[in-house]
Amino acid sequence: MCLALPVKVIELGAGDMAIVDLDGVRREISLALLDDVNVGDYVILHVGYALSKLDPDEAEKTLALFAGMNEAGLVTP
Amino acid sequence: MKYIDEFRDGGVAKTLAGRIASAVEPGRSYRFMEFCGGHTHAISRYGLSDLLPRNVRMVHGPGCPVCVLPIGRIDMAIDLALKQGVILCTYGDTLRVPASGGLSLMKAKARGADIRMVYSTLDALQVARGNPQREVVFLAIGFETTTPPTALAIQQAQREQLGNFSVLCCHVLTPAAIRHILQSAGLGQADTVPIDGFIGPAHVSTVIGSRPYEFVAGEYRKPVVIAGFEPLDVMQAILMLVRQVNEGRTEVENEFSRAVSREGNLKAQDRVAEVFELRREFEWRGLSVVPDSALKIRGKYAAFDAERRFSIDYRSVPDNEACECGAILRGVKRPQECRIFGTVCTPENPVGSCMVSSEGACAAHYSYGRYRGLH
Amino acid sequence: MGEIKRGYVRPLDLRHGRVDLTHGSGGRAMLQLISELFARHLGNAYLGQGNDGAVLPAPVISGRPGRIVMSTDCHVVSPLFFPGGDIGCLSVHGTVNDVAVMGATPLYLAAGFTLEEGFPLADLVRIVESMAHAAREAGVPVVAGDTKVVERGKGDGVFITTTGVGVLPDDMALGGSRARPGDAVLVSGSIGDHGVAIMSKRENLAFDAPIESDTAALHRLIAAMLETRADIRCMRDPTRGGLAATLNEIAGQSGVGMMLQEKAIPVKPVVAAACELLGLDPLNVANEGKLVAICAAADAARLLAAMRVHPLGRDAAMIGEVTADDHRFVQLTTAFGGRRIVDWLAGDQLPRIC
Repeated sequence: MCLALPVKVIELGAGDMAIVDLDGVRREISLALLDDVNVGDYVILHVGYALSKLDPDEAEKTLALFAGMNEAGLVTP
Repeated sequence: MKYIDEFRDGGVAKTLAGRIASAVEPGRSYRFMEFCGGHTHAISRYGLSDLLPRNVRMVHGPGCPVCVLPIGRIDMAIDLALKQGVILCTYGDTLRVPASGGLSLMKAKARGADIRMVYSTLDALQVARGNPQREVVFLAIGFETTTPPTALAIQQAQREQLGNFSVLCCHVLTPAAIRHILQSAGLGQADTVPIDGFIGPAHVSTVIGSRPYEFVAGEYRKPVVIAGFEPLDVMQAILMLVRQVNEGRTEVENEFSRAVSREGNLKAQDRVAEVFELRREFEWRGLSVVPDSALKIRGKYAAFDAERRFSIDYRSVPDNEACECGAILRGVKRPQECRIFGTVCTPENPVGSCMVSSEGACAAHYSYGRYRGLH
Repeated sequence: MGEIKRGYVRPLDLRHGRVDLTHGSGGRAMLQLISELFARHLGNAYLGQGNDGAVLPAPVISGRPGRIVMSTDCHVVSPLFFPGGDIGCLSVHGTVNDVAVMGATPLYLAAGFTLEEGFPLADLVRIVESMAHAAREAGVPVVAGDTKVVERGKGDGVFITTTGVGVLPDDMALGGSRARPGDAVLVSGSIGDHGVAIMSKRENLAFDAPIESDTAALHRLIAAMLETRADIRCMRDPTRGGLAATLNEIAGQSGVGMMLQEKAIPVKPVVAAACELLGLDPLNVANEGKLVAICAAADAARLLAAMRVHPLGRDAAMIGEVTADDHRFVQLTTAFGGRRIVDWLAGDQLPRIC
């Protein structure tokens, strides 16, 4: 039920609809809950709707956090 | 898969596991409740517990909307389909939840009820358009993640004057449930378990933001870390919780910063506020009656409210005597501590809802983890 | 009026005609359907005998009498036509495979059709042609058949039941109860393709490169595997319920457990992505052109090499091993590093998949 996935917007359609792509699989979904989504953006998809945009900078920061970098870009134990 | 695979990397998992192991203070026990069913599922599916030190225990909370749906609400849906001949559209997860009289939606379908599984409210609207002579009811379950799509569907139905479409609203609210759990623990009720911190739901938080959890830190002095959906997110969140506990901090931290902000999705929140209002109280399976914890459809959209459109009343139905779903949903008991777990109650023959939904603690443990503690 | 030839029978309108109740009633209409459609495409000497039962030579393998292996399968797949195949070829491949995984050489097929009144003859032609093509390619003729028609609304287009027989050499004894701790678990290629191909058609998923069902006859791959003389304990094709169901069946029959490595299980990236979107686990998704083989550990490398040479085994992989386990759990080490059970899926995740 909580099934939600980050997918890439590849085409904008009429009336808030859009085509998204996940590794070569495409699906039509609704962007009605978001404003200002462009082709190339990543969104979180849930039950046919995009719930939020994914921030690529924050994603990189989080991955860096996993790798143990602190703000200064240094690896912490 | 971008933004998915990187967050499932096994090598990084080992590093994070090492960091958690170094961070925990020996001899101290840490109990964290993950509220969201999606997190429960991720923990089981990836075998996360194997990577945590022994003194960190994950307690599964009531964040599975199927699991907390009381029998009486399913009975209403079955009544509509079986006795009143509506086409009932539902997400797949509710189909096998056992209700009264030995029925479930799936069994009602076998008896001739027109029950259709949908992936989205968009599909339900399509069914209504395609069957103008029939009444179509959408069984709306879910936390705040799933509520905005229902709001949009009702507004769309009004715009189109889709007179045969209505919604049986069973949407519930996360912060209210967390408050209820904390309150019960605070009042020293015997039947609760002390929790040291919460892993906040991933996708609920994209909608409501991180702000609604601030009362947990502020009033109840418990740390919260909102975690993304992938297993590395969950591990990082556990590390952050351990650090907060060690340092005596009680803050709301956001690990899922790539999708969650403090304010959340305001457009989605507005739509929800336009269509829904609070119910004074709502019965949750396992938590009994919780005030201000659920939504109903506003008068403005009464035409689309199945509860007003059809004569169906909610009747509270107690759980099977042997069923421990209540205690399990509150994190007081573990699945294996239920007398009928794995014997009478299995995924094929579920007695309680915790075994039906793949996010339920019992189903997750049965399907993924029941080898633990047996050898 | 011109002369009318004696013995003239107006042919069936195979382009626009539809099945009606007379086609199943045992009379001339039925005979016409059989001769102009079924026999025309499936025809062979045995079918041509035209009696209630086909008379077949006693089964012989390598010049010696062998034992008979028999199997049957009902096919109710929906939709009837899907990317990579249809109910026709599926019904041939499925039964040929069931016989072949026993180590037997498939010899003959029988096919029963339950048709719904109103079913377009053009579609039936496509299905029967596909079936005939699959049977010819496999070298396994359809020697007997039956047709029934049910009223409109009482059947879903067409259901096909195929029964197959094959011959088994005396020294062959494969079976699900023969797996032993330490044995290797092999799979012949990527999993989940068929189920996802079906689901994608139902759920309107689009693909850059379409996912196709893997439906295929595996008997020649199996012959190549048997030729290695590897000590194969058991082979099975993971259809409904997927790899998870098949491995659990074998574990249960043999009274053993299994430990798989998630990273070793081949799944096409686009199938993995489709499963994510649909909320499915590839381990539970049906396959129609893959097999699982359990063999003695010492022979695994050799067997794998032989499989990979064959076009239907290019992506064959060793995915784990059999363990001693009274609880008969099939477990897996996740790519993430943790451990979990691979269980049967409760309920029907993908109805009408085969």
